[in-house]
Amino acid sequence: MIDLLPLMVLGAVVGLDVVCFPQMMYSRPLVAATLAGAFVGDATHGLYVGVVLELIAIATLPFGASRYPEWGSAAVVGGAIAATLHSQHAGTVTLGVLAALATAWVGGWTLVKLRQWNAFLARRRRPALDAGSRGAVIGIQLAGLTGDLVRAALLTAVAYAVLFPVAVRAADTWSFSGPPSRSVVVMLSTAVATSAAWVIFHSARGARWYFAGGAIVGLLLLFAR
Amino acid sequence: MTAPAFSAAAPAPAPAPSLPVWVWVKVFTRLLAIQGSWNYETLLGNGIGFCIEPALRYLPGGVHSPAFKQAMARESAYFNAHPYLASVAVGALARAELSGVPAERIERFRTALCGPLGSVGDRLVWAGWLPFASLVALAAFGLGARPLLVIGIFLLLYNAGHFALRIWGLRVGWTHGLAVAPALGTPLLRRGPAHVARAAAAAAGVALPLAAARVLDGGHTLLTLVLAGAVLISILLVRVHGRIEGYKLALILIGLFALLSVVR
Repeated sequence: MIDLLPLMVLGAVVGLDVVCFPQMMYSRPLVAATLAGAFVGDATHGLYVGVVLELIAIATLPFGASRYPEWGSAAVVGGAIAATLHSQHAGTVTLGVLAALATAWVGGWTLVKLRQWNAFLARRRRPALDAGSRGAVIGIQLAGLTGDLVRAALLTAVAYAVLFPVAVRAADTWSFSGPPSRSVVVMLSTAVATSAAWVIFHSARGARWYFAGGAIVGLLLLFAR
Repeated sequence: MTAPAFSAAAPAPAPAPSLPVWVWVKVFTRLLAIQGSWNYETLLGNGIGFCIEPALRYLPGGVHSPAFKQAMARESAYFNAHPYLASVAVGALARAELSGVPAERIERFRTALCGPLGSVGDRLVWAGWLPFASLVALAAFGLGARPLLVIGIFLLLYNAGHFALRIWGLRVGWTHGLAVAPALGTPLLRRGPAHVARAAAAAAGVALPLAAARVLDGGHTLLTLVLAGAVLISILLVRVHGRIEGYKLALILIGLFALLSVVR
């Protein structure tokens, strides 16, 4: 098991980006999993996990108060697990993706709890806020940012500490070879992304034709190689 | 686009007070953390107060004056908007407060601004620019780009739009103050989401088979089977849309597959 601290720091910084600061989207799985992979010495395997997760993440739009998975810290966990196991087993990308999906699901719950905590803090400082105290406004904002940083750090650390040993055990007894292992994750992630693309874009006039045109170009590029 | 809903009560803005550059730098930096205390009761409200505070220090009497405290209390109340387009609100509200606009007009304006800045931002960014940038990067991956190039393409493309939108919003809000409604009728916000959606749809068509093929790393027959299976599952997902989330389905099915691989 590699040193947990650097991953915890990465997970915290990336998790903070999801909602609080600075929302530059380096928390997207494509970036976060690749960075995590690079941290443990194999950016390419991290990227593979990131691509699969990114395809799935396209379907979850972070609209305001809705509950959505927390992809940032989750992608760090998944990317690091796959990159650490990469040279040993056929199912590493699958296991990395699975670990990230489970972490993302729990991460969504932690975001809800953080928002409830922020509401509690704001309620407690209501008299000061109503009196126009700049100290209260800035204090609540900093408390929220700190809370999110701690949340993401703990989530990354706990998820990695729990899931990495499980992934090692599972990889040791993994029975499918590489192609079928990857087929399942690729099929599911592509299906989720395709349905998401339809749901999100089909209401724009002509978008289905743009999609069809793009698909023809993509398939031609693919089979021409 | 519902911007005209608040245009009737928006006469030409009073002359703009002048703010030093470093105040704008502070306001803009704080805008990046506007959702820092997002919660289910005041939503973005505290964040608006946090961002506007450096500008409010220029109210007559400074931070200890009743005008400052009243403005802080007003600006930290409930507010909802897309985080990037909230810069429009911060700019417009800062201008209104520093121009001495009556409190009740500012509060009415604040209430009216919530809806348009939320819905337009969601369609333009979360359902448009973000998936577009992501799909372009996935297409680059599918064409064989190395990790650094893939994440570089995504981050540069996405953040070009992200920062441009925040800067534009702050500028347009400050320039127009309470008369910002016509500026929100700009083609960027009215027609932008549809254009971005079409571009993203085309990018999705190109990117999905290419990215799938590179991760799969198998022969054409296996790839054809996988893509056909993906199309069938995606049709099913579209039909059950709203009843099951894609990531939960993926979690369950990949979990079962992993279990099968381990125990068999």
